[in-house]
Amino acid sequence: MAEKDVIIGLEVHVQLNKLNSKLFCGCSTGYHDSPPNTHTCPVCLGLPGTLPVVNRRAVEYAIRVALALNCAIQGETLFYRKNYYYPDLPKAFQITQYDFPLGLGGAILIRGEDGEEKRIRITRVHMEEDPGRLVHAGTIDRAKYSMVDYNRCGMALLEVVTEPDLRSPKEARAFLDKLRNILEYLDVFDGNLEGAMRIDSNISLVGGERAEIKNISSHKGVEKALAYEITRQRSARRRGVAQVQETRHYDELRGITVTIRTKEEAHDYRYFPEPDLVPMRIADWVPRVEAELPELPDAKRERFVVDYDIADDHAKSLTSEIRVANFYELVAKRASPRLAAVWIADVLKGELNYRDATIDRFSPGHMVEILDMIEKGKITEKGAVEVIRTILDHGGDPAGVVEAKGLARAEDDAVMEAVRAAVEECAQAVADYRSGNEKAINFIVGMVMKRTRGRADPGEANRLVKEALDGAGGA
Amino acid sequence: MITGEDVDHISWLASIKVSEEERAGFVASFNSVLDYFHQLDELDTEDVEPTYRVVDLNNVFREDEATESLSQEEALSNAPRTENGYFKSPRIV
Repeated sequence: MAEKDVIIGLEVHVQLNKLNSKLFCGCSTGYHDSPPNTHTCPVCLGLPGTLPVVNRRAVEYAIRVALALNCAIQGETLFYRKNYYYPDLPKAFQITQYDFPLGLGGAILIRGEDGEEKRIRITRVHMEEDPGRLVHAGTIDRAKYSMVDYNRCGMALLEVVTEPDLRSPKEARAFLDKLRNILEYLDVFDGNLEGAMRIDSNISLVGGERAEIKNISSHKGVEKALAYEITRQRSARRRGVAQVQETRHYDELRGITVTIRTKEEAHDYRYFPEPDLVPMRIADWVPRVEAELPELPDAKRERFVVDYDIADDHAKSLTSEIRVANFYELVAKRASPRLAAVWIADVLKGELNYRDATIDRFSPGHMVEILDMIEKGKITEKGAVEVIRTILDHGGDPAGVVEAKGLARAEDDAVMEAVRAAVEECAQAVADYRSGNEKAINFIVGMVMKRTRGRADPGEANRLVKEALDGAGGA
Repeated sequence: MITGEDVDHISWLASIKVSEEERAGFVASFNSVLDYFHQLDELDTEDVEPTYRVVDLNNVFREDEATESLSQEEALSNAPRTENGYFKSPRIV
């Protein structure tokens, strides 16, 4: 539903979690399964006398992202101190960019609310350090104290800021999905890691002040929070209550947003250039990074349509995640590309979604085997779906599952035998069919499927039953 | 000119409580620091490009190599309060 009076802009925080080390120190980025405070050093703990040194590859990754988002790279770029006092920042300031951010003025295409291609402008892309993580016993509003883990502190973060070009929660989600996809194509980001992407959303109704909803980590959460916020702002307006500029928190459990602070309490960050870091002159890095950019989703989609002769919708679905695209290409080299597109885009992806699983759970080799069995008529389509489901739920390999579950397509003789038996057995249905009730044939086909324990192809069974009935009637 | 209200604002931002006597002392100290820097105003900077730094240095980087971190005990060794490997802090919302 297009909502013409809704204005949404996003600030997306993206961890460059494919780096080996943090932004300003050598602490490893692989902290996700580690106990708290085991990936820190004097630099990221902000101990006195320590100095940050910029990770060169983090800057390269940032340039890669900014270019992929079609931003102009600033030839000279600087870090600033953003001062605020909060336990997630051991230094009481965050090193970030302010004036002279790395990338300015980009845009990406998403599928808009009405199915059309829509251009969403990117205001800026800048680098900063991630703060630590606060843990509370119980809920945040009832906890007596905070517990702080600085493993995350100092991770390289990019902030991607959009113009207020989004018109609905669904468009916001489409933008986030597309952004995640691009980041994974660039091989700078793994979206499956906890806390990899965190989103602040600005939302207002035309003519009203905006609310900022802070720090949501799932795309679905952003969509829900925005939908709630639209309802809340509309109903306030109906009651004559003006929206004030404020910051709100999304309570995922209760599915509502609550106010944290209003404009009067807004932070005073006292930005100033970081005296411990020197400017970065990166203009001459750009051509090389640009030359090394991998194929991006939109280009891959066009290539799939041409190279594999598949439908654009299938190409879009297959390229909407780099892992799926790579999986498809592996399979398409060893099976019919068109059949592979249908089975991966329409069936496998659906089964994975249903299980909240990623494509890593399925082997390309197994997919090739299954497609081969379908093409050679060894299993029915229904049987193939069953094989995929069984492997996802219980493991195993296609040949083994077909064997264990008796999914091998019944030999033609066995199907014919079942047809003869079913026609004999269902005298009433046969009579109904012959007196003009065509639907009665379904009952007989059902009997055939039952007799072959589902191993007959339903279309084929239908054809054979029809032949048997019409042939016998004509005799 | 720094006033008592400026000191209140700065102490609020820094989350440091300042007593009445300290407040007057800070007003004087801040103003004396500012006065000292006002000496710079006497210089003629008409033809000087503005800059944030005095050394012309740029592009200092490190390679993306992970090095050893502190142990949890070492990381927490200066903390007045800890719990289960975490730093413990007052709740701030």
